[in-house]
Amino acid sequence: MAVDVLKRIPVREQEPQVRAKNFEEVCLGYNQEEAMDEATRCLQCKNAKCIQGCPVSIDIPSFIGKVKEGDIAEAYQIISKYSALPAVCGRVCPQESQCESKCIRGIKGEPVSIGKLERFVADWARENGIKPNAPEATNGIKVAVIGSGPAGLTCAGDLAKAGYEVTIFEALHEAGGVLSYGIPEFRLPKQTVVASEIENVKSLGVKIETNVVIGKSTTIDELLQEEGFSAVFVGSGAGLPKFMNIPGENANGVFSANEYLTRNNLMKAFDESYATPIKGGNKVAVVGGGNVAMDAARTALRLGAEVHIIYRRGESELPARVEEVHHAKEEGIIFDLLTNPKEIIVNEDGWVSGIKVVDMELGEPDASGRRSPVEKAGSEHIIDVDTVIMSLGTSPNPLISSTTDGLEVNKWQCIMADEANGATSKEGVFAGGDAVTGAATVILAMGAGKAAAKGIEEFLKK
Amino acid sequence: MFKIVKKQYLANNIYLMDVLAPRVAKSCFPGQFVIVKMDEKGERIPLTICDYDRQAGTVTIVFQSVGASTKIMAEYEEGESFRDFVGPLGCRSELIDEEPEELKAKKILFVAGGVGTAPVYPQVKWMKENGYDVDVIIGARNKDLIILVEEMKQWAENVYVCTDDGSLGFKGNVNDQIKDLVNNQGKSYDLVVAIGPLIMMKFVSILTKELGIKTIVSMNPVMVDGTGMCGACRLTVGGKVKFACVDGPEFDGHLVDFDESMKRQQMYKTEEGREVLKLQEGDTHHHGGCGCGGN
Repeated sequence: MAVDVLKRIPVREQEPQVRAKNFEEVCLGYNQEEAMDEATRCLQCKNAKCIQGCPVSIDIPSFIGKVKEGDIAEAYQIISKYSALPAVCGRVCPQESQCESKCIRGIKGEPVSIGKLERFVADWARENGIKPNAPEATNGIKVAVIGSGPAGLTCAGDLAKAGYEVTIFEALHEAGGVLSYGIPEFRLPKQTVVASEIENVKSLGVKIETNVVIGKSTTIDELLQEEGFSAVFVGSGAGLPKFMNIPGENANGVFSANEYLTRNNLMKAFDESYATPIKGGNKVAVVGGGNVAMDAARTALRLGAEVHIIYRRGESELPARVEEVHHAKEEGIIFDLLTNPKEIIVNEDGWVSGIKVVDMELGEPDASGRRSPVEKAGSEHIIDVDTVIMSLGTSPNPLISSTTDGLEVNKWQCIMADEANGATSKEGVFAGGDAVTGAATVILAMGAGKAAAKGIEEFLKK
Repeated sequence: MFKIVKKQYLANNIYLMDVLAPRVAKSCFPGQFVIVKMDEKGERIPLTICDYDRQAGTVTIVFQSVGASTKIMAEYEEGESFRDFVGPLGCRSELIDEEPEELKAKKILFVAGGVGTAPVYPQVKWMKENGYDVDVIIGARNKDLIILVEEMKQWAENVYVCTDDGSLGFKGNVNDQIKDLVNNQGKSYDLVVAIGPLIMMKFVSILTKELGIKTIVSMNPVMVDGTGMCGACRLTVGGKVKFACVDGPEFDGHLVDFDESMKRQQMYKTEEGREVLKLQEGDTHHHGGCGCGGN
């Protein structure tokens, strides 16, 4: 097949009408022939800009070069040097604003599909039973990692490769953090992709102890003083949901996106053979415009509801990935933009019966350059819904910072840590990911986990 | 996996289990709770800690088999294990952190309703072990629902048992018993700690407000994670939204919006009913994992 160098090899997807009724993965990914064709579009730049766009600096031209040759196993080993979770990142990274935004091909045509190629390589490796290269021996030095999300898994993987004895402590009953409880099955399959990437980290010698809430079951100080750990990495994320504090918000049928997604993804409420229930709703309003809002909306749709996204700014201000917004629209999600909730209407049984909203218009750009929405007078109206999902963002849980002596946080409860090496105000304690930055992306958390692993190595070698 | 080392039938579908969970046993205090997930497909069930043995590494839970999940839980036997058992969660009882002189000067009445007697027990035990004498009311609809009376008597100064139908002890509900103690028996209290069904805690709080006695209640809303990440357990206290799993479960009973909490507790009522039906009619509910063949 002749390849048009200006255009990407298209990726196969489930049809919108079909996928809107199931939880199977939307994007089917490349097969080997498609991947090798797409790989030929890479110009193999000497001074590759795409690498600079990747928060963990994967040697992109090298792995794509191996894909082009058909040596997928070697392509996988190249990626594995930099990333512990390629099957995840190939799926959920916002490549359009990272690696692919820097691709030279993107100047005249479409950038190389780096994310889809990474995903193909990682999926191929899993299907062919190839694991990342494990370390030879451990050095006997124990490091504790708090949280098994992307930051913790990456930090643990890097330290294990360097010979440290790593134990991850996870509060929930499954490892993975947002990969397990937050991002839905139709974007990130749990059994095939997430579970097997976690197995890969374990195969490096990392131990994972679930059901341990640091700050309650034990503390960082106890890990350092009583359990023989020489350093600690805090990758506990930003899992505390925000609410709007409007009337009616405690009504039955109002969920945080975290609760709605946890019931579905972690507890598998959509599958009747699991015990956890969910109130799917018939007509659902999702408040917010980020990736989490898209995930919650598309989940509600798959549970059979008519779904409205209610967002106070316009389409171009939506913080969600372009691909996710596109998918949501294809599936039939209704976007009520420039609309802001004022109140949740509650019936006499305590259930949601509607949401009172007001129309907005964008005012002058503020100091940060963003145009703030202002209410249009007299535009209040009620949308009839039976379920409201609040997706307004999250902040770090104060549990760890409040139970660790000498660990400084800023006014948003984010742990203060050095960006270069993850060092916190407390000696031997490092931190990274959403616990430090507030809610961000999977790949930034992985970058922070990587930087902290280096920081911990330097600290322990002193 | 978390092994059940002891199982005991207490009364009318109420069971006690000692579960081997050394990390929880080492760090827990009265007032806190755990979340149990029985097997791969199970839900996460919050249960208040009833007792603990730091040496043996065990934590005692008490539950009543009312819904589908607790009915399955009741089928677990000694030697079998729960897949997940996490804790301690929530805040410990504020009494533990009070100044000893101030606590000594207080006359405290614990009011326990039904299976709520279990979370009252470790608080009463802790008080006695630390040198404070307290009174306890244990109330229920009838004698079959009264539990832990003998155990409570080991630690409490006075234990008053009451039943709605008079089948055991004083005839009347816990409020009738409180009124009898205060109005007829010349008792006075500075603090009431009431734990039981929401409706009981609501009416105790109304009464104690009239009587001018500060009251602490332990809330039991729907929970999922129990670590503050979802807000399923939110409630309104003094006009502010709180998460019971991290801010509580104990709150000032005079400030809690009980009516809202009672409505929120009904959210999954029909789903629960369906699960119970499935359990009664189906023959496919085997809890897996132990390989012993029992179910």
